[in-house]
Amino acid sequence: METRELICVTCPMGCRITVEMEEGKVLSVSGNSCPRGEAYARQECIQPMRILTSTVRIENGIHRVLPVITEKEIPLEKMEAAMAEVREVTVNAPVEVNDVILEDIAGTGVNLIASRSMQKI
Amino acid sequence: MKHYQAIVIGGGSAGLSAAVTLKKNGIEDIVVLEKDCEPGGILEQCIHNGFGLQTFKEQLSGPAYAERYVKMAQELNVEIKLNTMVTELHKDRTVRYVSSAEGDVTISADAVILAVGCYERARGAINITGTRPAGIYTAGQAQRYLNIEGYMVGKKVFILGSGDIGLIMARRMTLEGAKVYGVAEIMPYSNGLPRNIRQCLEDFDIPLYLSHTVTKTFGKDRLEKIELMQVDEKMNPIPGTEQYFDVDTLLLSVGLIPENHLAEDAGIIMDPAIRGPKVDDTYMTSAEGIFACGNGLHVHDLVDFVSLQAARAAEGAAKYLKEHKDRGRAVAVKPGENVGYTVPTCVHPQDACANVEFFFRVRKPMDEAVLEIRSGDQVLRTMKKRKLMPSEMERAVLTAKEIASLKEEVIIAVKEAA
Amino acid sequence: MYDVVIIGAGITGTVLARDLSAYHLKIAVVEKENDIADGATMANSAIVHTGYDPKPGTMKAKMNVLGARLYPKLCEDLSLHVKTVGAFIAACGEEEEKHLDILAQRADEREIPYRFLSGDEARKEEENLSDGVTKVLDFYTTTVIYPWEAANACMEVAMKNGADLYLNSEVTGIEKNEYGYIIHTVKDDLITRTVVNAAGVCADRIAAMIMGDPGFEIQARRGEYYVLDQDAQPVKHIIFPVPSPVKGKGVLAVPTVYGNTLIGPNSDFIDDPLDNGTSFDGLAYVRQNISKTLKNIPLNRSIRTFAGVRPTCSKHDFIIEEAEGFPGFINAAGIESPGLASAPGISRYIIDELLSKRLILKEDPEAVLTREAPVVLSELSTEERNEMIRKNPAYGKIVCRCEQISEGEIIDCIHRVCGARSVKGVKKRVRPGMGRCQGGFCEPLVVNILARELGISPLEVVLDSEASRILESENRK
Repeated sequence: METRELICVTCPMGCRITVEMEEGKVLSVSGNSCPRGEAYARQECIQPMRILTSTVRIENGIHRVLPVITEKEIPLEKMEAAMAEVREVTVNAPVEVNDVILEDIAGTGVNLIASRSMQKI
Repeated sequence: MKHYQAIVIGGGSAGLSAAVTLKKNGIEDIVVLEKDCEPGGILEQCIHNGFGLQTFKEQLSGPAYAERYVKMAQELNVEIKLNTMVTELHKDRTVRYVSSAEGDVTISADAVILAVGCYERARGAINITGTRPAGIYTAGQAQRYLNIEGYMVGKKVFILGSGDIGLIMARRMTLEGAKVYGVAEIMPYSNGLPRNIRQCLEDFDIPLYLSHTVTKTFGKDRLEKIELMQVDEKMNPIPGTEQYFDVDTLLLSVGLIPENHLAEDAGIIMDPAIRGPKVDDTYMTSAEGIFACGNGLHVHDLVDFVSLQAARAAEGAAKYLKEHKDRGRAVAVKPGENVGYTVPTCVHPQDACANVEFFFRVRKPMDEAVLEIRSGDQVLRTMKKRKLMPSEMERAVLTAKEIASLKEEVIIAVKEAA
Repeated sequence: MYDVVIIGAGITGTVLARDLSAYHLKIAVVEKENDIADGATMANSAIVHTGYDPKPGTMKAKMNVLGARLYPKLCEDLSLHVKTVGAFIAACGEEEEKHLDILAQRADEREIPYRFLSGDEARKEEENLSDGVTKVLDFYTTTVIYPWEAANACMEVAMKNGADLYLNSEVTGIEKNEYGYIIHTVKDDLITRTVVNAAGVCADRIAAMIMGDPGFEIQARRGEYYVLDQDAQPVKHIIFPVPSPVKGKGVLAVPTVYGNTLIGPNSDFIDDPLDNGTSFDGLAYVRQNISKTLKNIPLNRSIRTFAGVRPTCSKHDFIIEEAEGFPGFINAAGIESPGLASAPGISRYIIDELLSKRLILKEDPEAVLTREAPVVLSELSTEERNEMIRKNPAYGKIVCRCEQISEGEIIDCIHRVCGARSVKGVKKRVRPGMGRCQGGFCEPLVVNILARELGISPLEVVLDSEASRILESENRK
């Protein structure tokens, strides 16, 4: 049996979770304070998932760049592929918060959305 | 001179929450003074997620979190003066500000809420020797350049201090193609949230050097190299442990300090432990009718707590505006064993109308410990605590009833389990 | 073809340029750095010493006394910030008290006012004076100025009167020809009748370019300082220990014009004259030695440390003379402390005693030697401020919250003659970034203002030198 100590990244609480595993399968999860912690721990041992936040170029906005965020976690291993797509995007102001900036980023099935509104200047 | 019921200084997370709460408590005639061109404060550059779990029960980015409050403020018709820098505050609650639109103006109010935020400790406040070339930034400065202005400050990066902004920037710059050589922390433990150690450093194989510090910088024009050394228990560099990194960028994430020159100049009594004003259970400072909240009072690690605390301060201000009464004698609340500070620093037993939440930080990491709140010989509360860290703010509540019966000063202590 | 080329745009060179611009002369100042006042003038104790200290008979003594007497007029002409704070020389014990008597005697001879205080009397005026201090000699007319402002104002006046400034123009060689000299720089070659070598720590190398062996050597001496927050004002007067022949004036506390306090310097010879980095040992020395004269110094309120490199001459005196065999080639070398105080004296001496023999000095009736001070919003009344903001809304946009500096003031300092070309240039002229946040908030704003006003990309904005870019790349094209 293998024991893994994890720090939950689901929220800023940062619970320390212990996972017992055998042959790649999760036997037990302990130390979490909420169900999301358990889900995180199980997922983390199979395929780590993360939210990606970044910026894209915006034309005619009050700033040069617009902050963006993935709607849900995407596989950690897809980060680089996702970033490659983020770098190529240019949007035009105005933008509303939660507007979809990029659909199905890096083939993850997850959309990249605006994380703020930005008026046109 | 224009007069308001309340003036809120600062339109960031604390100020917006305070303004919204004032309105909700029936204080209509208010104004928010914000120095930037849009409300939201430092949240606008904190594009990472993790905000709002307490307040909105969801995970938002900084700008999205700010936008929620901006919308609430708009719906409640809060007047926000942008591009407006407050230059003076006085004990009589007059406030002087400067803006292009209005010039140099003095206004007054029955209540003032300070929601001024904090600033980053700079290089001069820590012991780094060597040259002072381009390429040395506070983490927040680099964050602004990257997330607001859209510029990378460098490609070969070292980070001093394991504060959260530094950790977040380690990940952010790595994803943007920079090589982050490491994060050094002078203490034997991290100062950032554990989840940020995990998802910002470990995810990207960025080494964390505990009990290490950057001792010297090299380079005339642009940073070329840094010297990293291990430190002993007294935080002095240990000769012979020098390591060198050829980097063009050094980010400093070595602490945040409440921005308090307005309060200090107004003669408000400060608490050296937090470097912000001393406040009572309604967040009133030593100056009558002047309240303080958010990171301008003491530095929080979660914005949700900033918003919550600012709401309390606004409730305090609203109560003050409505009642205007003498709240009777004050009982001091002080940090005891292993506790660095407490906020608030006093309560009023004769006017104990609500439960009071105390914020405090421990001085050192402790695995197993017992929180103890006592007053004189009486122990009011004991609570088992696990995994206490100086980087994580702790909270404890005393009920209105308990406060009403207080006679002697309250000590909040944490005793390490044997 | 120039009449005078001044090598080095420090305080010596800039004051001289200003004074020379009163005459019908074609003047150039060449400077290796990207801004004026970037060497010893940038990093020193900012004191106009009254002149009690240098040994009798030295050039230092003569220049210091003369310079200090010329300062009030200079400050008035150029609208400089100046503050009379007084200087306490604090003696601990009988041995040191004897030295105070020597200084008092020199002061008598040089007509410099002073008074003696007992340790207790002095502690009444200066509560943090250490208990070991037994007697104090107070030179109560001593002033502090803002050295960058002085150098900048002088250069501005000189340029308005027609002087040329060549920045980023390190001198690579000097040749003598039939008219005078050819100054080769990394950029231009300048032909001139006369040369003044005011090159600070590089003065020996400049002299060697023409003289071979100049007969003196400049050793670079590094002095390191702490700068304390304006809120922490531990002293009202400049506090000196009794000077030592080995370590110079010792570790001082200086209340500056703008309310910060300088604590320093140490004094260490270094090999590389351009190395202005601070050192662990140097700052430790400052920390230890300040406690000789003062207690309760809040070094935890330090907002910055810096090091200045001062040129110490192997001859232990200022060298202000024409190079033998090279008519019209004048060395102003070894100008260490009290160089700032001496600068107006040195300038007068060079003009009246040295250049007058080589050039016809005819006053230019059109030359204007005074300067109108730039607008400083925080020093205006409400009415004046409002008037300024009405005329130019940029004065209402505060960029630096610590020092309350407006965008309008920053724009002004970029467009003024001898204007700022770098973030540090702006900082030296109008002070954003000097406060407790050290530019944490305002630097990105200053970068944008510089880019816009200079018509360049933010990527091209530099911190100080030409190669000191702040931003590496556009993150999104």
